[in-house]
Amino acid sequence: MLEITDLHARAEDTEILRGINLTVKAGEVHAIMGPNGSGKSTLAHVLAGREDYEVTQGKVTYEGHDLLELDIEERAALGLFMAYQYPVEIPGISNKYFLKAAINAIRKYKEQPLIKTSEFLELLKSNLAKLGMDKSMMERSVNEGFSGGEKKRNEILQMAMLQPKLAVLDETDSGLDIDALKIVADGVNALRGPDRAFIVVTHYQRLLDYIVPDFVHVLAGGRIVRSGDKSLATQLEAEGYAFLEPAGTSV
Amino acid sequence: MIVTETTSYQEQFERFEQELGTEKPQWLRDLQRRGLDRFRELGFPTTKLEDWRFTNVKSLTQQNFVTPLTQRVPGQLRDAGDLAAQALLDDNFHRLVFINGQYAAEFSRIGELAAGVQLTHLGGLLRSEPQSLGDQLGRQACFDDAALTALNTALFQDGVVINVADGVQMETPIHLVFITDRDEQAVASFPRNLIKLGKGSNIQVLETHVGSPGATYFTNSVMEIELDEAAELDHYKLQSDSIAAHHIALTYVNQRGTSTYRNHYFAFGGALSRNEIACMLDGEQVETVLNGLYMISGNQLADCRTRIDHAKPNCESHELYKGILDNHARGVFNGRIHVHPDAQKTDAKQSNQALLLSDDAVIDTKPELEIYADDVRCTHGATIGELDDTALFYLRSRGIPEPLAHKMLIFAFANDVVQGAKIEALKKYLEAVLLADHGLPPV
Repeated sequence: MLEITDLHARAEDTEILRGINLTVKAGEVHAIMGPNGSGKSTLAHVLAGREDYEVTQGKVTYEGHDLLELDIEERAALGLFMAYQYPVEIPGISNKYFLKAAINAIRKYKEQPLIKTSEFLELLKSNLAKLGMDKSMMERSVNEGFSGGEKKRNEILQMAMLQPKLAVLDETDSGLDIDALKIVADGVNALRGPDRAFIVVTHYQRLLDYIVPDFVHVLAGGRIVRSGDKSLATQLEAEGYAFLEPAGTSV
Repeated sequence: MIVTETTSYQEQFERFEQELGTEKPQWLRDLQRRGLDRFRELGFPTTKLEDWRFTNVKSLTQQNFVTPLTQRVPGQLRDAGDLAAQALLDDNFHRLVFINGQYAAEFSRIGELAAGVQLTHLGGLLRSEPQSLGDQLGRQACFDDAALTALNTALFQDGVVINVADGVQMETPIHLVFITDRDEQAVASFPRNLIKLGKGSNIQVLETHVGSPGATYFTNSVMEIELDEAAELDHYKLQSDSIAAHHIALTYVNQRGTSTYRNHYFAFGGALSRNEIACMLDGEQVETVLNGLYMISGNQLADCRTRIDHAKPNCESHELYKGILDNHARGVFNGRIHVHPDAQKTDAKQSNQALLLSDDAVIDTKPELEIYADDVRCTHGATIGELDDTALFYLRSRGIPEPLAHKMLIFAFANDVVQGAKIEALKKYLEAVLLADHGLPPV
């Protein structure tokens, strides 16, 4: 589904990603861990198409497409979804309007008929219920005045509504209490399936108790320095990132 | 004094005097005469005056605008019926319709009123109770330095009168619809409106201005508002005049202690529009909210002016004006805040934001803060906005193509002001107008 080869990227003059290699197959959940400043969020943003980062080297293939050549909206239409660490507030557009516009934009891209209002409302209702969200939040402006937890839940709601193939969750656990974390994890787990893949970016192992990954990668100094199964996360939790220091690659 | 420009209005005045003068009480004839005299002395403002530097009203002096003396019978109306129907927001609202400056009973509908509410039209009231408004009319709207207030004073024939007794809470909004119906000659109308709220009373007023599509006309409106202690007025104004119209309106507000005045101004129409609101905060713990949204394109000019006089301590004022300007449109915002020496603990916030969608659109913005007290908090900010890049990315990353995301963010910028309205029917209407204007699908 996703093949990242020797990916280098920089923001202004600082090189942040220094040769990432990663293969994600359908049905898999990959966790990317690492200390602050290791490049985790940059990787997520580069995949989503953020223009603040310049890719200087390497290749990313997604579902047979050269991902780096695709527009931001095309990536989304082709099933790539990023759940933001800091979701943006957009005063003046209701959540409901935003969701419907997104669904219809993707349908239009795929040359499918637009969603019927009744179908949309039905889908929205069931997803709201799963995430324990009140329907009044849909009349409010996108993320405006939402608490940290509400914003994260809203990201998962968008994911559930858009049904992506590959979801990148950027620090979705930050700022969540344990109850909110469970709800968010349940939302993710409900979407797990043989046709869908996840990249879960996180600083802490805690989230991985609830979203159990197939693979864990440790990012440091802009490279993946260690890969393993879920036990690697447990080891990191116990030992911290200190064991990476001797390699001298940390920034 | 520029005699030629004012002559046609003087002639109209004399014609009114001759035809209607004997029906009017002496105090009114004197007042209107003083208005005319002052208007003739001042003449139409020129761009040499600081307050009119960006707004050239020469177009008003190059054409004759005529006030119909008597109301035409319904059969002679052209677009008024359609316009009245389009302006309708909610059938339950009390509705007073004015056509070319005069009350049109056949389009109006005043529902059941609570005791202590007087809701009528000025022309009728002056005929039935000629002495009743002598101490109210003209009390706020001083025309010494205001030529257009003087002109309105000289020529007004009708308007609304709302008087609410102490403690009355009126739930049903009052909808005032001012229609200009095209005529052989360009129409001038001079609505004069009076609102007076007693202690602790509370009403909502919605003012709509519309006219025959494409017609050239001139509306010169004056509204005088008095709020007694703890009274609360939500005042909405929707200016959807014809694209060739001239709209110059002045709203004078006097607020006693603990009263609240909220003005929401939405301007879309007019070749030239100027909306001036002057609030005198004449008591402690007064709250004043002035919000505005103007959306103009082509060669439209929209001039928004606010003046807030913080005369007493412990008052709050909040202002948010937003403009969206396309093509060669020109916007003017002037926000004056005057904090008098007495007015300690004043809290005044003012913000003016404009989105320029074309390189040829222009906004002139001028906050004027005069502060003569030392313990106050006054902030003002003016931004010429660009769309938020992070929001644009966010929308696009959900699959929304860039051009659509752009439109959505422009809509969002405007809708933010619309959401401040509390009348649901108005909010829905404006939302639909904004979406359609930006080629966005309806809600």
